[in-house]
Amino acid sequence: CGTYRAFLLFVCCLLSQTPGSNGEVPPKPAGSVTILPPIKPIDGPQAYPEAEKASLPVFTMDYPRIQIPFEVTLWVLLASFAKIGFHVYHKITVWVPESCLLISIGLIVGAIMHSVHEEPPAVLTSNVFFLYMLPPIVLDSGYFMPTRPFFENIGTVLWFAVVGTLWNSIGIGMSLFAICQIEAFGVQDINLQENLLFATIISAVDPVAVLNVFEDVSVNEQLYIVVFGECLFNDAVTVVLYNMFTFVADMPVVEPVDVFLGVARFFVVGIGGMAFGILFGFVSAFTTRFTSKVREIEPLFIFMYSYLAYLVAELFAISSIMAIVTCSLTMKYYVEENVSQRSCTTIRHVVKMLGSISETLIFFFLGVVTITTEHEFNWGYILFTLLFAFVWRGLGVLVLTQIINPFRTIPFNLKDQFGLAYGGLRGAVSFALAFTLPDNIGRKQLFITATIAIILFTVFLQGISIRPLIEFINVRRTNRNLETINVEVHCRLMEHTVAGIEDLCGQWSHFYWKDKFLKFNTRILRKILIRDSRAESSIVALYKKLELQNAMEILDTVAGDISAAPSIVSLYDEKKNPKPKAYLAGDLRNMHDILSKNMYNIRQRTVAFTSKYSLPNDRHTKEILIRRHASIRRSLRPGSFQNSNVSKSQKYYSLPAGQSLESRFSPRRLTQTGKDCNPTRSSSSRAMMPLKRLDTLKEAVSVDMLNENKEDSGSRAGTTRSNSSSRDSRLPAPRRQLSPPREEDNGFSDNLINVHHEAEEEDHPSPSPPPAWAAEPRDNANRNPLLRRPQWNPKKT
Amino acid sequence: MGSRASTLLREEEIEEIKKETGCKLCQNAPLYLSQTSITNPVFNSVFSREDFQRIPELAINPLGDRIINAFFPEGEDQVNFRGFMRTLAHFRPIEDNEKNKNAAPSEPLNSRTNKLLFAFRLYDLDRDDKISRDELLQVLRMMVGVNISDEQLGSIADRTIQEADTNGDNSISFNEFMKVLEKVDVEQKMSIRFLH
Repeated sequence: CGTYRAFLLFVCCLLSQTPGSNGEVPPKPAGSVTILPPIKPIDGPQAYPEAEKASLPVFTMDYPRIQIPFEVTLWVLLASFAKIGFHVYHKITVWVPESCLLISIGLIVGAIMHSVHEEPPAVLTSNVFFLYMLPPIVLDSGYFMPTRPFFENIGTVLWFAVVGTLWNSIGIGMSLFAICQIEAFGVQDINLQENLLFATIISAVDPVAVLNVFEDVSVNEQLYIVVFGECLFNDAVTVVLYNMFTFVADMPVVEPVDVFLGVARFFVVGIGGMAFGILFGFVSAFTTRFTSKVREIEPLFIFMYSYLAYLVAELFAISSIMAIVTCSLTMKYYVEENVSQRSCTTIRHVVKMLGSISETLIFFFLGVVTITTEHEFNWGYILFTLLFAFVWRGLGVLVLTQIINPFRTIPFNLKDQFGLAYGGLRGAVSFALAFTLPDNIGRKQLFITATIAIILFTVFLQGISIRPLIEFINVRRTNRNLETINVEVHCRLMEHTVAGIEDLCGQWSHFYWKDKFLKFNTRILRKILIRDSRAESSIVALYKKLELQNAMEILDTVAGDISAAPSIVSLYDEKKNPKPKAYLAGDLRNMHDILSKNMYNIRQRTVAFTSKYSLPNDRHTKEILIRRHASIRRSLRPGSFQNSNVSKSQKYYSLPAGQSLESRFSPRRLTQTGKDCNPTRSSSSRAMMPLKRLDTLKEAVSVDMLNENKEDSGSRAGTTRSNSSSRDSRLPAPRRQLSPPREEDNGFSDNLINVHHEAEEEDHPSPSPPPAWAAEPRDNANRNPLLRRPQWNPKKT
Repeated sequence: MGSRASTLLREEEIEEIKKETGCKLCQNAPLYLSQTSITNPVFNSVFSREDFQRIPELAINPLGDRIINAFFPEGEDQVNFRGFMRTLAHFRPIEDNEKNKNAAPSEPLNSRTNKLLFAFRLYDLDRDDKISRDELLQVLRMMVGVNISDEQLGSIADRTIQEADTNGDNSISFNEFMKVLEKVDVEQKMSIRFLH
C-alpha cells in the first residue's frame, strides 16, 4: 500500500507538470499541441535549430507531441489502478459502492493537485463528457438490458421517466423559488426560470450512479427495471426542459405559447430519439447480414452504428441517450444471430470494457474537479436544495405509484416504493449539465456548487446506506438461527419451484402486443435482417450460445464424468441398513457450507444484468443443460435398452425414475390405439412445425416412448412403432423446411398422414421391425442433431 | 386472432374454475394464454408436455422437468386448462381474510398444507407418501452442482433424513415434512404475487 501511494504521488507529480489550462471549463483546445510546458525537462531542442551544431543529439525528448494521448492514457491507467486497488481488500466493495471509492480517490488526487497549485487537465469539459464519455456507458446499459422485463414494464418506466421528472423539476423549482424570496439567504436575484432550470438539472436521475449502487443490492427484478429504465429515459424530458428553460431564462415573461411549444418539442425529442435509434439499429442489423466474409471487423459495425446514432441525435438536439439505447436494443437481437460466436463475445467484452472505463473516469474526475473548481457556498440554498430533492422524490414516487399500481400486474408495495425513492441517485449527467449552463446566468457558480453537493450527498450517503436499509427491510422475518439442513434444502427446492412457475406464467402479460410483434418479426423482419432466416426456438438459440460443440467435447473426453449418474444404483444396494450416525457440529457446518456454496441459485433474473462489471455468468446454466443433454444422449445409446438396470438408474435426472413412470404409463399405452395416440401426436407435431423447434427436447419425450416400449416390446409394437417412427421422422423433418405452415386446423388424420409421408420421403431408412430395437437408437444417434458435430446448418433441400 | 371468440372457454367453466381455485385472474387468463408458448392455438385442446418444455427458462431450471410433471395428473400426458389452473392455484398468496375462514367446505388449494403437499410431491415421485433416501438423493443431485462427491451428498441426505425422521422408518413422511418446516414461512415462499 505504501508503494502504491508513492507511485500515485509520482504519477500525480508527473501529471502536474502538464500545463492544464486555466479555469474549469475551457473549450478543449483544438489541435492542442500548442502549449509549451513551463518546465522543460533536460536536453530539449525541439528540432535541430542550428545547422552548425556538429554533434547528433543522442537523446531527445519531445513532450508536447505526445502530450494529449499520453495524459489521457495516464489518467485512464491511474483510475484503473484505483479500481484494482479496491478489490485488494474485499470488504470495502461490499459496503461501499465503487462510485464512492472512485470519487474519494479523485478527491484525494484533486487535493494533491490543488496543493501543488496545478490545474486539472482540461479533460472534463462538457463536450468531452457528452461526446466521448457518456456514450459507452449508455451503450453498455442498453446492450445488456433485459428486454423482456423491460417491455413488460414499459408503461411504468415511461410514466416514471416522463411524469416523474416533470414532477420533480417543477416541484423543486417552485419550492426553491419560494425559498429564494426569503431575504436571509441572499439569493433573491434568482428568478423563477433559473430556479426551474437548476431544478431540472438536479432532478435528472443518473444511470451511472444508480446502476453502480444497485449492482450489489439484490432488488427484485421489477424494481430494478423500473429504476434502470427511468434513468435512461428521463433524458428526453431533461433535455427538453433544459433547453426550454435555458431559452426562457432570460425572458421576463413566459407565455403559454412557449409552454405549448415545449410540449411539442418534448414529443419531437423523445420520439425522434427512439426513431433514430430504431433506424440505425435496423441498418446495423441489415449490414451484419452481409459480413460473413469479414468476420474480423464485425464488432466494429456495432460500435460505429450506435455511436452514429448518438451523434446524429446530438446533431438535431434530440435525446441522444434514447437514441443509443433503442439502437442497441434493436440491434442486439438480430446482430447476435448474424455474427459469429467469436464476434459476439468480442462485442460483449468490448462494450463492457468501454463502459467500465468511462464510468471509472467519470467518477474519478468528478472527485478531482470538485476540489479544483471555485465554489460559491451558500449553505442555506444548498441545504434546502438537498431537502427538497429528497422530499419531492419521495412524494413523487408515492403519488405516481398510487396512480399506476392498478395498471400493473405486480403492484409495487411499500418496500419497492422505498427502493424507488431512495435509489434515485444523481450523478455525472447533472454535473455535466451544470457545467454547460450558459454564462449569462448570474449564479452559475452557486448552481455548480449545489449540484456537486447533491451528487456527493446522494452518491455517498444514499449509495452506502441503501444496501443495509434494503437488507433490513427484507430481512424482518427470517430467523437468525442456524437452520437445519432440511430447511435449507427444502427452502431451496421451493424457491426453484416458484421461480419455475413464475417463468411459466411470465408468458402471460402484455401478450397481445408481444404476439403481434413476434409474428411480424418472424414473417418480415427476420427474413430481411438475418442471414439464414430460420425460425428458431429460444432453446435452440440458447444451446448455440452455450457452444454446444464444447459441451460435446467435454462429454466425450471426460467420459461422461459430469454426466455420470452418481451411481445411485450402487448406493441403493449399499445402504440397506443405515445406522443413525452421530453428526458432529463440524460436520454439520461442513454440510451447510457445501450446500450453500454448491446449490444452484435461483434463476435470479437480475443477477446477470446487475453485475455491471462482469459478463453474465453461464456456468450453472451450462451445467444444467449439459446434464439434461447428457441424460438424453445416454438414453439414446444402444446399450441402454438391453440393460435391466436401466429401470433403476436415472435415465435422465429430472423425469421420474423409470419404474414408476413405466408402471403408470404402460397400461394407458396398451389401451391406446393408433387413433387415440393421435391427439398428442398431431398436437405436438403441429406444435413442432415451426421449423426445427426443439429437436433436442422432443427427443426427451421420444426417449420416454422408447423406454416404455422396451417393456412391452412385443405386443404393441405396431402402434408404438408407428408412433416412434413418426417421432423419428419428425427429427429430420424440420430441417427440410416442409414449409406450408401446418397450423391450419387440419383434421388430425391429415396431420398424421403428413407425418407418415415425411417418414416415407425420408432418405433415411424407415424404422425396422421390432427385433431391431437395438438398431433404431443407433440410427437415431446418427441422425440425432445433438450427436453430430454440429455445424448447425440445416440442409435445405 | 379472429378464431379466438369462438373458442373461449364457456362462462360456466370459468366460473367453476374460479370457485375451485379462487383465482380471479383466470378470467383474463384465456386472453393471455391465447397464443403463448404453452398453449396450442386451439383453445379447448389440452397442453402436453412439449408445450411446457418449450419454455426455455424451465429448461435451465434444475427442477424443470419435475415442475412440468407436477402439472400432469398421474399417468396422463395432457392437462386441460382447468387442471392447469388447479395446479397454479397452489401458488396463490394467502390473503389475510382467508386465514380466519374456518367455514370453508374444503381446504382451499393454496392453503399452507396444500402448498407443502405440492413441494412434497416434487420429491415423492412414486406417490407412496414417503420421501425415501433415493428420492431425496435424486433431488439433491439435481439441485447441487457437479462438484460434490457422492459420499458427501449421501451424508447430507442421511443427515436430512435423520433430522426429520421421527418414527424411524428411514424416510420422511408428509407429517414429518410438515413438522420440519413449521417455522418456515411457506405461505410467502410458495406464492406468486400476481396470482390473485
